[in-house]
Amino acid sequence: MTVAATTTEAGARPSRAGRRLRAPAWLGTLPFLGYVGVFLLWPTGILVVDAFKNPSGSWNFGGVSTLFGPVVRGYFIGSFKLCLISAVAGAVFGALVAYAVASGKPDGAVRRFALAGSGVLAQFGGVTLAFAFQALIGPVGLLFHPSWYYSFPWGIALIYIYFQVPLMVLVFLPAIDGLKLQWREASESLGSSTWQYWRYVGGPLLAPAFFGAALLLFANALSAFATIEAWENQIAYTVPQEISTSLSSEVGLSNVNAADLLAFGMIVMVAVVMTGYALLQRRAARWLR
Amino acid sequence: MVAVTSLGETPLAGPAARGPQGMQRSRLRRLNAFRYVVFTLFGLFIALPLLALARFSLEGSKLGTWSVAAWTQIVSYPGLASAVELTLELAVITSLAMLALLLPTMIWIKLRVQWMSRIFEFLCLLPLTIPAIALVVGLGPVYNRIQHYSLSALQLFWVYVILALPYAYRALSSGLDALDAVTLAEAARSLGANWFTVMFRVIAPNMRQAILNSVLLTGALVLGEYTIAYLLLFNTLQPTLYSISRNTPNAGVVFSTSLASLLFAFALLIIVSYAGRRRRRG
Repeated sequence: MTVAATTTEAGARPSRAGRRLRAPAWLGTLPFLGYVGVFLLWPTGILVVDAFKNPSGSWNFGGVSTLFGPVVRGYFIGSFKLCLISAVAGAVFGALVAYAVASGKPDGAVRRFALAGSGVLAQFGGVTLAFAFQALIGPVGLLFHPSWYYSFPWGIALIYIYFQVPLMVLVFLPAIDGLKLQWREASESLGSSTWQYWRYVGGPLLAPAFFGAALLLFANALSAFATIEAWENQIAYTVPQEISTSLSSEVGLSNVNAADLLAFGMIVMVAVVMTGYALLQRRAARWLR
Repeated sequence: MVAVTSLGETPLAGPAARGPQGMQRSRLRRLNAFRYVVFTLFGLFIALPLLALARFSLEGSKLGTWSVAAWTQIVSYPGLASAVELTLELAVITSLAMLALLLPTMIWIKLRVQWMSRIFEFLCLLPLTIPAIALVVGLGPVYNRIQHYSLSALQLFWVYVILALPYAYRALSSGLDALDAVTLAEAARSLGANWFTVMFRVIAPNMRQAILNSVLLTGALVLGEYTIAYLLLFNTLQPTLYSISRNTPNAGVVFSTSLASLLFAFALLIIVSYAGRRRRRG
């Protein structure tokens, strides 16, 4: 067994294999696996198990049906709409920005500022961002006061796009950097137009990365909670807001279970989108090979 | 037409410097026009809310007047300074813990256990798909156990490391993939280095820029994190700002602190991007 482990390793010469009995190399990853197990997998496990339990601790699979009740379904539809709009708009606009950045000097100031700015702004969703937009176009804002600022998907979607675009730049830039200049030259020397290049060469090459990044934006918007809470904390439109309400309201223990169920529903939603993406990518890969 | 040509002249040296002799001039012009349009739109979209934030942070007591009161209040506003301090401490601890956990594991997997690299990548990117608010529901019981030992808000770093995993992983792996780690390690090993030396004196110094990047992305994440701190009832920066804004309408200090934290992280990232270049050339 040790021999099998050592021969697959890349750094050592095979002659050393089996010289003495050594611990298998993967043991070195145990601290990481342990950490992820305790702080990521265990909580997720607790949440999934609790979603199927009564507050008293006995199993209860009937609770899942509340996920399909009209009120809860409304939260999921709201979340889905918001994530879809902000992910699609953020992905398209972010891809254009990423291309504009990538076509500049690789060591230039534009690229540095765009990357540093994106790194900060992609993380700075949160409360800060809602304040910034409130100061700009809110009811007492500086620039103008659109009537749709407080109407559900559109006002908040605009705010979400603000952090979705920088995230897209961060995620999509490596893919564009991977496009080789020679491919462009080759297609041009064969007489292709810009449109033909993007339609038959660049587009198909970037498509899987693009959809992967868009999916990431979707998941990102789904978990964003601070921004929408700072935007409007009286009415719950999305699942995260409702989870927060059930966690912090003092009605009783039964609500903890509701939060578990909602969180479980969110994970299922991400899983469904992910599966769709995996299928899509498998289909795309057929054309790329 | 004239405007487009004159605009297009300046950055001509940019893409052209990379040596595409075959690039057509008309295409280059179109590319430059495209870049200007995109950067202008993007710049406006990014800058306008920030400028509004800046204007509101300089608002005087009466509407339309100017004052720096909100900026001086950052240090004196009740509860704010301690929240800033706590958040900065958390940012440092989280970054260090993230590095200690991720960097050795990553190098080790690259050198010795490559068959795990897919699993490793999957685990690192997993937090992106588990919404923070869902995580916090399950974290309640875990944190209850930790808190038997200590009740400090600094304990938040345990879960912040998880949140930072995807971003730190991307930054670090791009650095590690850019160098021929296996050859470096073989060379060092054949000269008698042990694995510790290989990791921390051979490979890690070559990834300096990536390491700095991952640290700063982690720091930016901690500075902006709200969901988990708020729901586990810890008073870090974002929940404090939120509660100030709820209790005192139009509190300028909220705007000034928000902007200050943004600028702080941005300045750090810019400095690091230039510092990394100088070292590489020097």
